[in-house]
Amino acid sequence: MSRLDPVFSACRAESRAALIGYLPAGYPTVEGSKDVLRTMVASGCDLVEVGLPFSDPVMDGVTIQRAAEQALRGGFRVRDLFGVVESVAAAGGRAVVMTYWNPVLAYGVDRFARDLAAAGGLGVITPDLVPDEGASWIEATDAHDLDRIFLVAPSSTEERISLTARSSRGFLYATSVMGVTGARDVVSSAAPALVKRVREHTDMPIGVGLGVRNGAQAAELAAFADGVIVGSAFVSAVQDGTVEALTVDLASGVRQAAASV
Amino acid sequence: MARGQLAPTPHDPDERGHFGPWGGRFMPEALIAAVDELAAFYEKARVDPEFLDEFARLLRDFAGRPSLLTEAPKFAAHAGGARIFLKREDLNHTGSHKINNVLGQALLTKRMGKKRVIAETGAGQHGVATATACALMGLDCVVYMGEVDTERQALNVARMRLLGARVIPVKTGSRTLKDAINEALRDWVANVDDTHYLLGTAAGPHPFPVLVRDFHRIIGIEAREQILDKAGRLPDVVAACVGGGSNAIGIFHGFIDDPSVRLVGLEPGGDGIDTARHGATLTAGTPGSLHGAMSYVLQDEDGQIAEAHSISAGLDYPGVGPEHAFLKDSGRAEYRPVTDAQAMEAFALLSREEGIIPAVESAHALAGALVLGRELGPEGLILVNLSGRGDKDMDTAIKWFGLGVES
Repeated sequence: MSRLDPVFSACRAESRAALIGYLPAGYPTVEGSKDVLRTMVASGCDLVEVGLPFSDPVMDGVTIQRAAEQALRGGFRVRDLFGVVESVAAAGGRAVVMTYWNPVLAYGVDRFARDLAAAGGLGVITPDLVPDEGASWIEATDAHDLDRIFLVAPSSTEERISLTARSSRGFLYATSVMGVTGARDVVSSAAPALVKRVREHTDMPIGVGLGVRNGAQAAELAAFADGVIVGSAFVSAVQDGTVEALTVDLASGVRQAAASV
Repeated sequence: MARGQLAPTPHDPDERGHFGPWGGRFMPEALIAAVDELAAFYEKARVDPEFLDEFARLLRDFAGRPSLLTEAPKFAAHAGGARIFLKREDLNHTGSHKINNVLGQALLTKRMGKKRVIAETGAGQHGVATATACALMGLDCVVYMGEVDTERQALNVARMRLLGARVIPVKTGSRTLKDAINEALRDWVANVDDTHYLLGTAAGPHPFPVLVRDFHRIIGIEAREQILDKAGRLPDVVAACVGGGSNAIGIFHGFIDDPSVRLVGLEPGGDGIDTARHGATLTAGTPGSLHGAMSYVLQDEDGQIAEAHSISAGLDYPGVGPEHAFLKDSGRAEYRPVTDAQAMEAFALLSREEGIIPAVESAHALAGALVLGRELGPEGLILVNLSGRGDKDMDTAIKWFGLGVES
């Protein structure tokens, strides 16, 4: 049974997609990230992704790169991640972690899964780990009952979508465009086609991310996805002091799609 | 030409690119299709006579192969009297071994029907070689280069631009080679349909470590024949500098099945490996995943990648190719650090004694040979891969030796 099942079941009961908001832990500071995440939870994020700042984030555009750099310059340590996750859980929110693979390796694969589960984390998204290389990770997440969210992309073959779906638990992360993170003006046309292909292989919920920055775009994705993932726009909103307003706008977006169906 | 240059060997990784626990593919799913495609094209090309002939022709008629083997007796006199031979990759077109790999990958790019090439560069040697191959073959070329490196290698930036490449300074992270690779990977994800990432070293996700190695195997194949011809026997030691490790793996493979030949890689020791300022990944690194493969990595205890430091921009990299990690563990190759000061001493010595100005990268191998020669004694025979020429390093030499105009 997936740890995230209650999130998606509740949203499904309301005939709507889940709103999934991302923020790097330690941004703008460790305590500051706890505050921002609490606001995101209170204002309408059904699930938050807590990012682990990494020195070499190859899947991230410049907004998240700079946020990660700021967190690391501020002295962020991997152990701080668990406190941030704990504070989300304490505020009644649900958290997964998004992390590049090397920090997990360095921390210890099993130890990372154990400490995250103990902090109340429900799962982990691994943007640069493919299931083919994930044997130790699959073992550790099974042992500590964490969901593991692998990614599929428009370039994924049917065979790889099938492998990835079989290896994942919780939901599948579909990257809507071929590209790195960052808010875009237009939501990709590749996303509906990808989600359709993925549904041929699995009944698991599908979250779609990359490029979403407002409620209207969220509504577009919510029409065909089970979760709408928003990242860079939240980082920018921290700078602008508009996190609550953005969350409310996005939360209304994922509900508009339901109204129009 | 050595027709067997690209032929499969018993030293190849498994089909997913693992050399024992090293290598593999630790990278975004979005790029898996592209590396699968590259691997499939390469597996066909490496046994296709038409591809092999075209590659051989380019190496001969464009790059100027075979490169010479030159004995360096006056330099060797400083190494305890051992005989030292230099494999003259510095004499290749564009001035380093890098041309071997770029010609091979540019041919593959055309076979895949892609029109655009991206590359990273540190010192600029790989960027210049890539820009050259793209000019030759009519491919669009974009080179990512850390902003710090564009400043210390301004001449190479100008060369790339003259050759028609777009050079994009990378302003994130440490603004050096590793960040240039990050930015190239970001470009590749967004443009993979029409773009080939022409990686410059024997690192990265499978199949890069194999195909980059294979395109450089010509170095070892030629050198083995040449030293047998000139010295009448196999060398005791083959010495090469190791940053990412492409020139070293190319020459090592010519001798890997000769158990009497020691393979020694010389790493950038910077200010010394007891300081934080070095790039000696195999000597001082720990296992990790960087830029798509498992290998030794310079990192802190949180797995954040460290900044490497070396006087040589081409060795200034906190990772290393996975096959070197495998060779280190198996004991088939050994790796030693060489400090900036040792490298610059060898740089000056070869220039003055032999009339050959080496690249600062290659000077690390020369410095290693000076030490190894003394260990071997007068009966010793050492083959050094002189991977590049030093014209690009004049700024560094002027600063290090105070070579300005005398007042």
